[in-house]
Amino acid sequence: MNAHLQPTGSAYFIAKETEKPEAHTLSVLVDNEPGVLARVIGLFSGRGYNIDSLTVSETEHEKHLSRITIVTRGTPHVLQQIKHQLERIVPVHRVNDLTVRAAELGHDRPLERELALVKVAGTGEDRVEALRLADAFRASVIDANTEHFIFEITGRVSKIEQFIAIMKPLGLIEVCRTGVAAMNRGPQGM
Amino acid sequence: MVVQALRDNGVAHIFGYPGGAVLPIYDELFQQEDVQHILVRHEQGAGHAAEGYARSTGKAGVMLVTSGPGATNAVTPLQDALMDSIPLVCITGQVPTSLIGSDAFQECDTVGITRPCTKHNWLVKDVNELAAILHEAFHVATTGRPGPVVVDIPKDVQFAKGIYTPPQTAPRTSYHPKIQGDMESIKAAVELMANAKRPVIYSGGGVINSGAEASHLLRELVDLTGFPITSTLMGLGAYPASGPAWLGMLGMHGTYEANMTMHDCDVMLCIGARFDDRITGRLNAFSPNSKKIHIDIDPSSINKNVPADVPIIGDVGRVMEDMVRLWRATARTDKARLAPWWEQIEKWRARDSLAYRPNDEIIMPQYAIQRLYELTKHRDTYITTEVGQHQMWAAQHYGFEKPNHWMTSGGLGTMGYGLPAALGVQIAHPDALVIDIAGDASVQMTIQEMSCAVQYEAPIKIFILNNQYMGMVRQWQQLLHGNRLSHSYTEAMPDFVKLAEAYGGHGIRCEKPGDLDDAIQEMIDVRKPVIFDCRVANLANCFPMIPSGKAHNEMLLPDEATDEAVANAIDAKGRALV
Repeated sequence: MNAHLQPTGSAYFIAKETEKPEAHTLSVLVDNEPGVLARVIGLFSGRGYNIDSLTVSETEHEKHLSRITIVTRGTPHVLQQIKHQLERIVPVHRVNDLTVRAAELGHDRPLERELALVKVAGTGEDRVEALRLADAFRASVIDANTEHFIFEITGRVSKIEQFIAIMKPLGLIEVCRTGVAAMNRGPQGM
Repeated sequence: MVVQALRDNGVAHIFGYPGGAVLPIYDELFQQEDVQHILVRHEQGAGHAAEGYARSTGKAGVMLVTSGPGATNAVTPLQDALMDSIPLVCITGQVPTSLIGSDAFQECDTVGITRPCTKHNWLVKDVNELAAILHEAFHVATTGRPGPVVVDIPKDVQFAKGIYTPPQTAPRTSYHPKIQGDMESIKAAVELMANAKRPVIYSGGGVINSGAEASHLLRELVDLTGFPITSTLMGLGAYPASGPAWLGMLGMHGTYEANMTMHDCDVMLCIGARFDDRITGRLNAFSPNSKKIHIDIDPSSINKNVPADVPIIGDVGRVMEDMVRLWRATARTDKARLAPWWEQIEKWRARDSLAYRPNDEIIMPQYAIQRLYELTKHRDTYITTEVGQHQMWAAQHYGFEKPNHWMTSGGLGTMGYGLPAALGVQIAHPDALVIDIAGDASVQMTIQEMSCAVQYEAPIKIFILNNQYMGMVRQWQQLLHGNRLSHSYTEAMPDFVKLAEAYGGHGIRCEKPGDLDDAIQEMIDVRKPVIFDCRVANLANCFPMIPSGKAHNEMLLPDEATDEAVANAIDAKGRALV
C-alpha cells in the first residue's frame, strides 16, 4: 500500500451534491459597528460560501444601522445554512432572502441595480462609436477630454456587463462597479 | 471597573496569567478579596480550567490574559468552548489605543484573530463603554447557545477613569435567542412520538447546557414515553447510565445497541445534539427509515447535516417541559406497542459490544476504567478527559449518573484539555473527587498545570492510561495506513512518578491488575494532586467502532475485530475519509 497513491480528500465523509446551485440575493441589516463587515465576510470565507457581489453602507444614521447586500450562490440547503449562520452573528438584526421573498410576492426576482464607472480612451471612429453606444445604454458622461470619456451607468448587472463588453474593443481602460443594491417590489418593507 | 463588573456578574474565581498589558487589572485584583485569581502556568491552561469550571457549575468561566502571546495562547480553548458551547468570558489586555496598529511590543490583532473562534468579541476604545460591554459579554456568553466571548481592553482604557453602569438585561436589540418552542411543532412531534413503533431519543450536550431542570425533564420524558435513549459524548450524564432505558453512547465508538437502534428506528427525537460526523457515520445511510424531530436552540444546527421532519427551535428544557405536559394530556404509553422493539434492542444488547478479553497479567485499559468507576461511584466524582482512546474508554466504561460531572473536549478534540479542566472543576468544587482520565501523550501537552494544582492545593487525580503510544493515532494507522506506525510511539517517556514528586505532588505506578484496587484507593485517599501511571496493555484498541465511510449497521465489534477483519474493514474510498 503506497500512501501517496491513496485518494486524497477531506478527512470526513462528503456526500455528493445532487442539488443545483442557485444565485440568491440576501439583504442583511446590521448594527454599524467596527468589525461587523469582517464578521460577515469571515463567515463566508470560513465556511466556504461564495460571494458574487457585496455592497454595504449605513442606511439609518441615527439608529447606527447598515444594510449589506450579498449575492451568493449555493444549493437551497447551503443557502438556508448561510441565512441561519448570518443570523447567529450578534450584531445582525435581520437576514432577508430577497430572491425567496420575490417568489412569494409573485415576482420573477427582486429589483437589483448596480452602478459602474467606465473609463474609455480613444480617438476617431472608436470615440464616436463609444459615445453613441453610451447614449443607447443611457450612460452619462461625467468626465471627458479629447482623449477619453468616463461614463456613469446604472442598471441591472446584465446590462452593465453588456456595456463593458461592448466598450472593450473601443478602448476600455478601467472599470469600477458598486456591486448590487437590491430590494423587493411593493409597499412592504423587509 | 473590570473587577466591579466581574463582581456584579457573580464571578468568584478567574483563571489567568499576568503580563504588561493587563497590569492595571492585576493591580486592582491585588487590592480586593471578592474575586479569587488562580494563576496558571500557560494561558491555554487558564482557558481549559475556566471551561471545566463553567461546565461543572453551569456558570460562565472567566479567564484573564495579557496581549499578544497571552491572547494567541487563548485561541485553542476559545475554539474548544465554541464547538462544545461552553460559556467562557476571556478578558485580554491590549497595547494602549495610541499604539494599536504600530506593531508594538506584544501587540496582536486580538479581535481579528479571535473573531471566528468566539460567539462575539469587543475591542473597548472608550472607558465609558467598558462596563456595558463587560455586562453584555456575560449576557451573550451565557444565553442562547452558550459560547466564548473576548473583551479586548487597551492598557490606557484600563487606567482611565469613567462612569460605571450596573448590569442591565439585553441592552442590544439585535440579539434575542429564541427560547420558547413553537407549540404547533411540539404538538406534531408528540403525535409522531405517540404513534411510533420503533422510537429512540438521541440527546446531546444541549441538555446539559440547558441546566439541571432539563436533565430532570429528560428523565421524566423517558419514563413517561418508555422510549430507549442514547446520547452523544457531550450529553453523558443527562440520563443516568444505570437507568433502564439507557443504550449507552452512540456514534463512532458507541455501543452496538445504540447504533443499531438509531439505524432501525422509525421516529428519532434529537434533543440538543447536532448530528456531528462522528455520530452519523455515512450520512446517506444514516437512520434511513425514520422521521426525525430535532430540538435545538440554534437554528443553524437544524438541517445542517441531517434534514429534520419536525424542527423545533428553542431551549431544550422549555420544549421538553411543553412536551411532557402535552404527552400527559394527550398521549399514553403503550407498552405493548413498544414491546417488540425492546425485544429487538435486548438482542442487540446481548451482543455485549463493550466486551474485552480479561487478562491476569496485564491491566486492560477497559478494566482500569471499570475499577476506577467501582471505587469512585459512591462519591461526588467529577471526570475530565484528554482526547484519544482513553477518552472513548472512559465514555464507554464509566457510568455517568448526573449531569455536569463529565468534562471532555468533544467538538474540537483538544489533547491537553483534561488536566487544566480538572483543576477548574476542583476550584469550583473543593471537596469533590476530581479525576482526569488521561493518556500518556495528551497529558504532556499541559502537564505544567500540575504546578498550579500544587500551588492551590487542588487535589486533582491524573489517572494516566499509559500505553506508550498515541493510541488513537496508532489505531488509525493500523486501520488505514498499513500498520506503518509513523511517529505515534513515544520513545522517551518521562517517569511520571518522579515527575509528580518533582512538582510536589504524589506519584503512583501500577502494572498488575491485582494491585490496581489498592493503588486507586491510595490515589483517592491522598489529599494532594496525584499522577497515577497506570501501565496498560500497549496494543489494545478501542472497539466497537464504525469504520469511516460506513453506516451504523456496519460496526466493527470487538470479537470480530481480528487483524484480518480490521485490515479489510475500510476500503480504499473510506481511507480518504476518516
